[in-house]
Amino acid sequence: MPATYRHPRFPYRTPPELASPHRAHHPVVVVGAGPVGLAAAIDLRLKGLPVVLLDEDDTVSVGSRGLCYAKRSLEILDRLGCADPVIAKGVSWNVGRTFFRDREVYRFDLVPEPDHKRPGMVNLQQYYLEEYQAKRAAAVGVDVRWKNRVVAVAPAAETVVLQVETPDGTYELQTQWLIVADGARSPIRRMLGLDIEGKVFRDRFLIADVLMKADFPAERWFWFDPPFHPNQSVLLHRQADNVWRIDFQLGWDADPEAEKRPERVLARIKAMLGDDRQFELEWVSVYTFQCRRMAKFRHGRVLFVGDAAHQVSPFGARGANSGYQDADNLAWKLQLVVAGLAPARLLDTYDEERGLAADENILNSTRSTDFITPKSAISRLFRDAVLALAERHPFARRLVNSGRLSVPAIYADSTLNTADAEPFAGGMVPGSPMADAPIDDGGWLIDAVGGRFQLLLFVDDPAAVDRSIVDAFAVLSRARIPVDASIVARRAGVVANARVLVDVKGVATRRYDGCGAAVYLVRPDQHVAARWRRFDLEKVRAALARATCNDREI
Amino acid sequence: MPLTLQPNFHDPGKRQARDFSPADDFYELLIEAHRDLTEAQSAMLNAKLILLLANHIGDLAVLREAIALVRDAG
Repeated sequence: MPATYRHPRFPYRTPPELASPHRAHHPVVVVGAGPVGLAAAIDLRLKGLPVVLLDEDDTVSVGSRGLCYAKRSLEILDRLGCADPVIAKGVSWNVGRTFFRDREVYRFDLVPEPDHKRPGMVNLQQYYLEEYQAKRAAAVGVDVRWKNRVVAVAPAAETVVLQVETPDGTYELQTQWLIVADGARSPIRRMLGLDIEGKVFRDRFLIADVLMKADFPAERWFWFDPPFHPNQSVLLHRQADNVWRIDFQLGWDADPEAEKRPERVLARIKAMLGDDRQFELEWVSVYTFQCRRMAKFRHGRVLFVGDAAHQVSPFGARGANSGYQDADNLAWKLQLVVAGLAPARLLDTYDEERGLAADENILNSTRSTDFITPKSAISRLFRDAVLALAERHPFARRLVNSGRLSVPAIYADSTLNTADAEPFAGGMVPGSPMADAPIDDGGWLIDAVGGRFQLLLFVDDPAAVDRSIVDAFAVLSRARIPVDASIVARRAGVVANARVLVDVKGVATRRYDGCGAAVYLVRPDQHVAARWRRFDLEKVRAALARATCNDREI
Repeated sequence: MPLTLQPNFHDPGKRQARDFSPADDFYELLIEAHRDLTEAQSAMLNAKLILLLANHIGDLAVLREAIALVRDAG
């Protein structure tokens, strides 16, 4: 157990099904209270659904696991109401530096421009994240059931029946929908006999969490072939509580048990630090990894999210960060389906959108792994040639691949998008996650949207918004799937049926190419569904129907 | 035109969401071209590839600059 962290014990309570003879039918059960399962449960609860969350354990994750949480994950956690403690406790960073042997060859900045609420990355031990999310889940009324292990699952046409084992015995739970977030080994995936396919990398890595006082800056440092660990790679990250995470590449032939011995690990770290500073080991493990995914993330009423559905190598921080995006994508769709406001095939677009995202994550993390751990002599030769050229030549820096760090997926080809009919500059194509921008006095655009469908109308002066548009806003806000309107204006003002967001620096208007009364329809997960140069109620309603898989306007 | 040392990989037919994607696409293509080759076969592939691309560039001033750059600076 680490010296810096005490694992909480969450209270087990006898489930109501065992306390009294009643059989409840639940709309949604989530299995697995890791970061992704907790995110899905909180999101659905905030959307008004009763949610049961089952976890076989009664504490948070043990050991050094997830580490880097990307800007998009922080934005999602903001929407769920748990980003602030992550930011307060975590170590924010934007700069990554790459070394080849004893020289720095490349440096990147994840957020090269100002005017975003959240930094490129925050490093934080996964157990903290889970603790904050578990607290939030309890606060918003998720029915979290610790020490509840699913031992059997039987999907049927109208329901999924679970057998759940507890310290008080086994009980049956019926749910309309099952979200499976039970991790890479996913017991439920196995119970259902579903395959997950991909490749295992023939390499081993040593993880060491080290407690020490060090004045290294909060940056990601990556070494190829450093003098202190020749022919292999090393990655250094700063975490909270003066804990540093070091990943040493060991090669496939390394003996995991021998490598875990403290004297061996201490020698490696001493060689790396190159001085006599004091440090303590918090955690040591040796791991291998794989890049693989399930062919489909939706199986009828069973929906797989996070590591249960797809796994990547750690280079690029695309594991938990993609899992958060899964939860973000699924929650609003499931809520509409449960409420009878969208057909079940809206859930197929979860598979469509997040399946493509998983492919992109697997592609990028596989490429990073192939660059970091070349599989042939010629691959190593090209790798070293790139690194040798990178110090002096910008083109080669672009080829250096120590991990393409997690950025949110752009669902550019999604069936839910309405294609542009007019030209727009900039990157906010339909399917994109919203770019942030400062609004009002110290506020952020990303905080003003999300959780519901929303319309953004860009104008200079709110007073100039046409009466017919104001009336149309009222129609949209009263629709079965309500659309809230916001005016993004260059100056303050009041508009009926809409909230006015003042684009104080003009950044929002620029990032969205909003000049001349542009209109954006934004999904509850803050992805753009459609955009136009002029407001047209019928076009908005058609785009809303399309974004929710409804055949007719709603 | 002098030797281009700025990033220049592009793929006009393909939408690229990330600035690193075309370069990574190329790199994968290159490494994949060598898959299952012996050392001698790989060396021959590289030689042929250099000749093909040199002809495509054609401009001796550019080729002289490139050769000088890798020969002198390592």
